[in-house]
Amino acid sequence: MTASAVPAAGKATAVPKTAARRASRARRAAVAWLFLAPFALVFLVYTAIPTVAALALSLTDIRGADLRTPFAVDFTGVENYLRLFQDETFVRDILNTALFVAVGVPLTMGIGFTLALALNSGISRLRGVLRTVFFAPVVTNVVAVALIWQYAFHMDGTVNKLLGAVGFAGPNWLDDPNLAMPVVILLGVWRNFGIAMVLFLAGLQAVPRDVYEAAALDGAGRWRQLRYITLPLLLPTTLMVSVLLTVFYLQVFDEPYLLTGGGPLGSTESVALYTYRQFGAGEFGMSSAASFVTLALVTVVSVVQFRLLRSRT
Amino acid sequence: MSRTARPVMYAALVLCALLTMLPFAWGVSGSLRSLDEIRSDPGALLPHHLTFGNFTRLFETQGFGRFVVNSVVVALIVVTGNIVAASAAGYALAKLDFAGRRLAFGAVMAAMMVPFTAVFVTQFVITVDLGLADTLAGIALPGAALPLSVFIMRQYALSVPDELLEAARIDGAGEFRIFFRIFLPLAGPAVATITIMSFLNSWNNFVWPLVVAQSMSTYTLPVGLAATSQAAAHVTDYGLLLAGAIVVMLPVLVLFLFLQRYFVQGVAGTGLR
Repeated sequence: MTASAVPAAGKATAVPKTAARRASRARRAAVAWLFLAPFALVFLVYTAIPTVAALALSLTDIRGADLRTPFAVDFTGVENYLRLFQDETFVRDILNTALFVAVGVPLTMGIGFTLALALNSGISRLRGVLRTVFFAPVVTNVVAVALIWQYAFHMDGTVNKLLGAVGFAGPNWLDDPNLAMPVVILLGVWRNFGIAMVLFLAGLQAVPRDVYEAAALDGAGRWRQLRYITLPLLLPTTLMVSVLLTVFYLQVFDEPYLLTGGGPLGSTESVALYTYRQFGAGEFGMSSAASFVTLALVTVVSVVQFRLLRSRT
Repeated sequence: MSRTARPVMYAALVLCALLTMLPFAWGVSGSLRSLDEIRSDPGALLPHHLTFGNFTRLFETQGFGRFVVNSVVVALIVVTGNIVAASAAGYALAKLDFAGRRLAFGAVMAAMMVPFTAVFVTQFVITVDLGLADTLAGIALPGAALPLSVFIMRQYALSVPDELLEAARIDGAGEFRIFFRIFLPLAGPAVATITIMSFLNSWNNFVWPLVVAQSMSTYTLPVGLAATSQAAAHVTDYGLLLAGAIVVMLPVLVLFLFLQRYFVQGVAGTGLR
């Protein structure tokens, strides 16, 4: 049993013998890798190999039917990527995804930050309850929520009934190419602002109280404290949250797929939805290429974030 | 804060909370209305006559019970896998000194960064090759050793004092005995976080089960519910669908109310879901 071998090896190091020390080191590594084995196996099969394989597939003309005869597949180089960027649908989907990120990230962060500030500023009695309420959307099932939103946003739904009560004639939200995207983004924001809030709260609580007290003594008001203490000190948190949300929203799939199916007229179709459609059509090569565009975007965002973080701290 | 600002902020916060809760209210109220009532007055906020008929109809719907069972089985595999794989790997990464440790930890961090959309096609090809397409194991396995779980366990293990483990080593205990007898009993909070996190991940997972499950016999709840809603697109039996939505959401929301500390740690602690 390996278990008894380790203390013996431990003793051997007391008497410096290179061979024994080498043997003990090898044994320690063997034990450690035994601990790592279950994770390593899943990581290899479902992350490492698929990532490399996806890159390889994106350079071939592989289709679903070729799965049984992998050697019939031709290497086509960057042709899939060239086709992607000539595909109007893909370009439109990139722009849709960019819109989701450009509107969704600031909105999610703004709401999350404002709520975190409010919850952190002396609201004691309701803080626990409110935090629970604001975080609840994060843990709810997106399929379930999307059904509720469809119910609420359809022509005669609750939202239009409420609008009618204050004198507005509500539109047919999800069937209007100009209005579907705002609703889809709103669902994304509703599901994610709780994450931003909790991360900002953690950041705010890490700011030492006496910094504020010193600033107050020097005559700095609420706004100046926010401007010159809170915001600068929260910069690392802000960067982290922004990257996190950007990475989320770059991959947005559930909300448009479930709420609108990418429609109407493709107005809410995201890159992830495009990837899924190509996959569903059996175009594995094209699908992998599209997925690598996402991977490239995510990597760029992450690298820029780490650079920014390092230069600031 | 000034005396006037405080009530204003309280009011604003409560208003925000109510807005946040609105979708839940719509869902619950809609699920308690009869089909006739939804047809005649689709947007009403409250039911005129409470009925649980949608829920009984839901469980009479073909396959629905099956979806529930499938979701539970998949979640059990995922949670068990994560506890086993992450506690062992996290312990090794934090407490064992070995060649390749930095590399292994780098792999965990990298795995957290790889976007799902970039790999699901090849994950699917591999799942087919392994003969696991359209099986519950095929749905569960990719999530059975989440890098986030390993990360959480490693961070926790770092806080366990080395002296404790060293003392056991001097007393002649082997690494496995130290892991099971000393480390694991101490790791309760981390195990709780991992359990909650991986359960949430499995229960709410949608795209991957959608890709792998090809017949109703392997649909999980979200996939089954989405399929039901697409099948019902022309009838739009909202009462039934909303009842389904409530059944999918309720277990997680109830767990969340009691164990929210662990949810927040798991989801927001490292910002992944």
